[in-house]
Amino acid sequence: MLDFVQQLVSGVALGCVYGLIALGFVLVYKATEVVNFAQGDLMMLGGFFAFTFIGMMGLNYWIGFAGAVAAMALFGMVAERVVVRPILGYPQFSIIMATIGLGYFLRSVAGMIWGTDDLKIETPFSQGVLRMGSLVLAYDKLSVIAATMILCALLWLFFNKTMLGTAMRASSENMLAAYYMGIPVKRVVSVVWAISAAVATCAGVLLAPITFIHSNVGLVLGLKAFPAAVLGGFGSIPGAVVGGVLIGVIESMAGFYLPEGWKDVAPYVVLLTVLLLKPEGLFGLHVRKKV
Amino acid sequence: MRFMFKTDYEDDIRLFPHSGYVVTYGVLLALLLIAPHVLSSYLMSQLVFVCIYAIVGVALLILTGFTGQASLGHAAFLAIGAYTAAYLQTYNVPFPVYFLAAGLLTGIIGAMVGFPALRLTGIYLVIATISFALIVEEILARWESVTHGNEGMRVKTLSLLGVAVPRDSPTFYYLCLAVLVLTIVGTLNLLRSPTGRAFVAIRDSETAARSMGVNVALYKVKSFAISAAITGFAGVLFAHKLSFISPEMFTLQLSIEFIIVILIGGTFSLHGAVLGAIFIVMIDPFLTYLKDDMPGIIAGLAATFGASTATAGNIQSNVAAFASLNGLKGAIYGIIIVLFVLFEPLGLYGRWLKIKLFFQLFPLYKRATFKRQKIYVKSERNR
Repeated sequence: MLDFVQQLVSGVALGCVYGLIALGFVLVYKATEVVNFAQGDLMMLGGFFAFTFIGMMGLNYWIGFAGAVAAMALFGMVAERVVVRPILGYPQFSIIMATIGLGYFLRSVAGMIWGTDDLKIETPFSQGVLRMGSLVLAYDKLSVIAATMILCALLWLFFNKTMLGTAMRASSENMLAAYYMGIPVKRVVSVVWAISAAVATCAGVLLAPITFIHSNVGLVLGLKAFPAAVLGGFGSIPGAVVGGVLIGVIESMAGFYLPEGWKDVAPYVVLLTVLLLKPEGLFGLHVRKKV
Repeated sequence: MRFMFKTDYEDDIRLFPHSGYVVTYGVLLALLLIAPHVLSSYLMSQLVFVCIYAIVGVALLILTGFTGQASLGHAAFLAIGAYTAAYLQTYNVPFPVYFLAAGLLTGIIGAMVGFPALRLTGIYLVIATISFALIVEEILARWESVTHGNEGMRVKTLSLLGVAVPRDSPTFYYLCLAVLVLTIVGTLNLLRSPTGRAFVAIRDSETAARSMGVNVALYKVKSFAISAAITGFAGVLFAHKLSFISPEMFTLQLSIEFIIVILIGGTFSLHGAVLGAIFIVMIDPFLTYLKDDMPGIIAGLAATFGASTATAGNIQSNVAAFASLNGLKGAIYGIIIVLFVLFEPLGLYGRWLKIKLFFQLFPLYKRATFKRQKIYVKSERNR
C-alpha cells in the first residue's frame, strides 16, 4: 500500500510537469488554433536561461527565475513574430512543420551554446523531504505540484474572467469576426505566445532539480506532454493538467507493476484507447459539423 | 508557348500529355541508367538512398498530399517492412516472396491503423500516428525472439534468382530504381482512377466528398493501406542497403525526415517526392563539403579583397571552428524547414513551375499568379 501511495505521488509530480508543458500547448491552441511542436524546446531554453542567470551569474534563485521568465516571454513574442505570424491562417500542417523546424533549430543552438552535458540548478527545494508517517515526499516534487496548481488556476481565471482572456477565446473562434469586433488579434496572439513561453520556463526551472537540463529534454518531455494535452482535449486548461497527471500516474504505475518496457509505452496505449472511444479527448468540446 | 487542346476525357488523364514529356523523361531515364558507369561509388550509394526516400515520399504523398491525412508514423511502416524481410530471410525465403510479404503485412497493419484514424482529424491524427510509431519502436526493442531486440538484426546479401546482389552493386541500384519507377507509374495510374479522385475529394472537403457519394471511411482506410504497403516495400530495400537494422534507426526523427521530404519537394505533385528525397539525401554530403572547403574559400575571398595573410588565416580558422560545431546540421535543418514553410510553401517543384512559367510567359509573368490568398481562419473545431 505504501509503495502504491509513493508511486502515486511521484506519478502525480511527474504528471504535473507534463501538465505544465501541456498548458503551454493548450494556451497557444486555444488562442490561435496553432499546435506548437516547439513547446518542449521553449521549456528547455527557459531552463538554460535560468541556469545562466542562477548557475553562471550567481543571482538569487527567485531573481534568476523571474529574469528567465521575462527573457523567455520576450523570446516567445519574437518567435511568434518571425515564424508563426506570416503563416497564421494557413493550413495547420504548415504551422506544425514550421514549429517542428523551430524546435530543431532551438535544440541545436542550445547544444552549441550550453554544451551537451546535463546541467543542474540549485534551488531552495533541492534538498529536504517531507515525512508523513512512513511516507517520504521530496520538496522538489511537491514544489512542482504546487506550482502547477497555482499556474493552472491563474490561467483559468485569466482566460475566463478577464477581458484579454475573452479576446483570446474570441480570436480563436473566428479571427476575422474578432478583428471586426475591434480585438487587436495580432497583439493578442503575441501575448499568448509570451504567456505560453513563460509557462514553459516555469516548467523548465521547476523541472531542473528532477530531470536536469540538457538540449534534448524538451523533445523527450514534449513527446509526453503532447499526449497529455490531447488526452485532456486540447483546448481545455484543466484538461491539460488532468491529462498530464493521468499520463504521469500511468507511467509511474506501469514502471512499477508491469514488466520492463511498459513504462514508456503505457501512456501511448492509453492515449490511443481514449482517442478510439472519445476522439475529442476527455474534456474536449464535441461540436457538430456544419456544412 | 504550347497550347493544349483537350477534346475528350482521355486527353485529360493522359500520362504523357504531349511528346515533350516522353523526350524529357526518356532522357532522364537514360541518364539514370548510365549513372553507375559515371558516378563515384559514394554518390551511387547516395543515389540508392534517394530512390528509397523517394519511394517513401510517394507513399506519404498518397496519404498526406492527396488524401489529406497527416502521418508522423511512417518510420514504423518502414521498420515493419525491414524487419519482415530480415525475419523471413532467416528461413531462407526467396527475395520476391518476402518482398511481397513485407508489403502485404505493412499494408494490413496500415489498414488497421487507418480504422482508428477514421474518427480522428488534424492534430489528433498526428498524435495517434506518433503514438503508433513509438509503440512499434518499443515492440521492436522488446520482442527479442523475432527482432533480437536492441542488438539489431543482420540482413544477408540480397539474392535474386540465385544471383547475389551486393548492396553497393549497380544491380541493386537498378532494382531500387525499378521499384521507384514502378511505384511512381502505379501511383500516377491510381491517382487518375476513381480511387485517386476520391482521395483528392476527401482532402478538399470530407463533407462534400461524402455528399457526392464517396465512401469516406473506405477510401481513408484504402489510402492508409496503400501508403503503408509502399513504405513496406521501401523498408525491404532499406534493410538490404544498410545490411543491419536495429530499433533506434526507426525513430520519430526518421518520420519527421519523411515529412520534410514531401514538404520541401512540394506536396501537390509526385515530382515533389523525388526532388525532396534528392534534397534530404544530398544535404549531408553538401554540408560535409562546406565544412571541408568553405573555410579555405572564404579566406581566399578575403585575401583577394585585400585582407592581410594573418587576417585571412584568422578568418579561415574561425570559419572552420564554426563549421565543425556540434549540431550545426540540426540548426541548418531547422532553418531550412522554417524558410520553406514561410517562403516556398509549394516546395521545390513549385519553384520549378514558377521558373518555367516565367520563361513561358516572358515578359508577361506576374508574381501574383502564385500568390497565396490570405485566409482568415475560422475555428477548425467547427469544420
